[in-house]
This record gives sequence, structure tokens and C-alpha cells, in this order.
Amino acid sequence: MADQSVHDRIQQEIQDNPVVVYMKGTPVFPQCGFSAAVVQVLSHLGVKFQGVNVLEDPGLREGIKEFSNWPTIPQLYVKGEFIGGCDIIREMFQTGELQQTLQDKGVEMDSAA
Amino acid sequence: MRMADRIETKLRDALAPARLEVHDDSHKHEGHAGARPGGETHFRVVAVAAAFEGKSRVARQRMIYAALAEEMQERVHALQLTTLTPEEEAQRR
Repeated sequence: MADQSVHDRIQQEIQDNPVVVYMKGTPVFPQCGFSAAVVQVLSHLGVKFQGVNVLEDPGLREGIKEFSNWPTIPQLYVKGEFIGGCDIIREMFQTGELQQTLQDKGVEMDSAA
Repeated sequence: MRMADRIETKLRDALAPARLEVHDDSHKHEGHAGARPGGETHFRVVAVAAAFEGKSRVARQRMIYAALAEEMQERVHALQLTTLTPEEEAQRR
């Protein structure tokens, strides 16, 4: 089990930020193709998001997997709710469900994409 | 047993899929993070199963991850997943 403090930190993070991506690398320099794909989708939609680099913190890297009951990175949270990993985000973007979800949750998007 | 065969066996047992594809894409990720000598780290799975009926995407992928917990722990670094019900697959065609 990861430290309770890691879980508390994640809980706080997804509460304080409307859109959070737990990823490898940063939004500017993703260090994994799957993380890069999620960043690309969100950027394309003009969504402001908080990127959290799990490579900087081994405790967080394991902790987020436990927290979400999801064994891989990246992970997208919107308004505190786990939305999915790379495949799900890509699929939801293609069908328009991601845009709908963001809209329903009151997240601002810049583009009309 | 090759990892791809192990994945296939586990998923057949867990999901009784109507259709199942397991592709080893490790060669595409050589030298990337998570790649290891000997490969068998990156896989792409297409699973069509009635067991996915009425389940969200997240729930479906959790079913797959749960069936492959051991493999994920051991050496599988990335799984690219497409999860469909037989009906959804028919609509895609």
C-alpha cells in the first residue's frame, strides 16, 4: 500500500483542479507516446489542464495506480472523476463523447472542435 | 509460454470473447521507456465479448487489467485496448 499522504495529495489535486492528467513527462515534454496523445487531444480542444509528472515521484507513480484502481499511465481526471487512460480518451474524442463530458461538467474549451 | 499466448489464454478464460486479437507491438517501442531486452512489453488487444454488455469503457478495461494482473506486474508495460460488445462491433462495419 502506498502512503496515505499520497492518496491525500491526489484527492486534493483532483479537487482543486478541474482537469488533471497524471502523465510521464510534462505537457511540453511528454516522455511517453501515450501521455503525449492525451496532451494532444486536450490541447486540440483548448482545455486548460494540470499535468502531473509521475516520473518525478516514485511514490506518486505507484500511488495513482492504487488510487484509481488503474495500472497504467496516463490517467485523466475531470472534476474529480476518473475518465480513463489513453485508449479511452482517444476513443471518446473520436466519437465526441469527451467533448460532451467536458461540456456537461462545465469545463471550458477554446476550440469548437 | 510466450507472453502473447499467456495473455490470450487468460483473456479467453476471463471473458469468453467472441473474437480476440493479441498483438505483440514491443518491436515498435524498442529503446523507449519500459522496453526491455527480449521484448514482450507492449501489447495491443482487441476483445469482442458479450461480457462487456452494459459496462463503461473504464469497467471493461478494468476487467482486462484484473485478468492480467500478474502479467502487468511481471513485464507487460503497456496494453493498448479496444473493448467492444458483439453488437458494437457489428455497428462498426
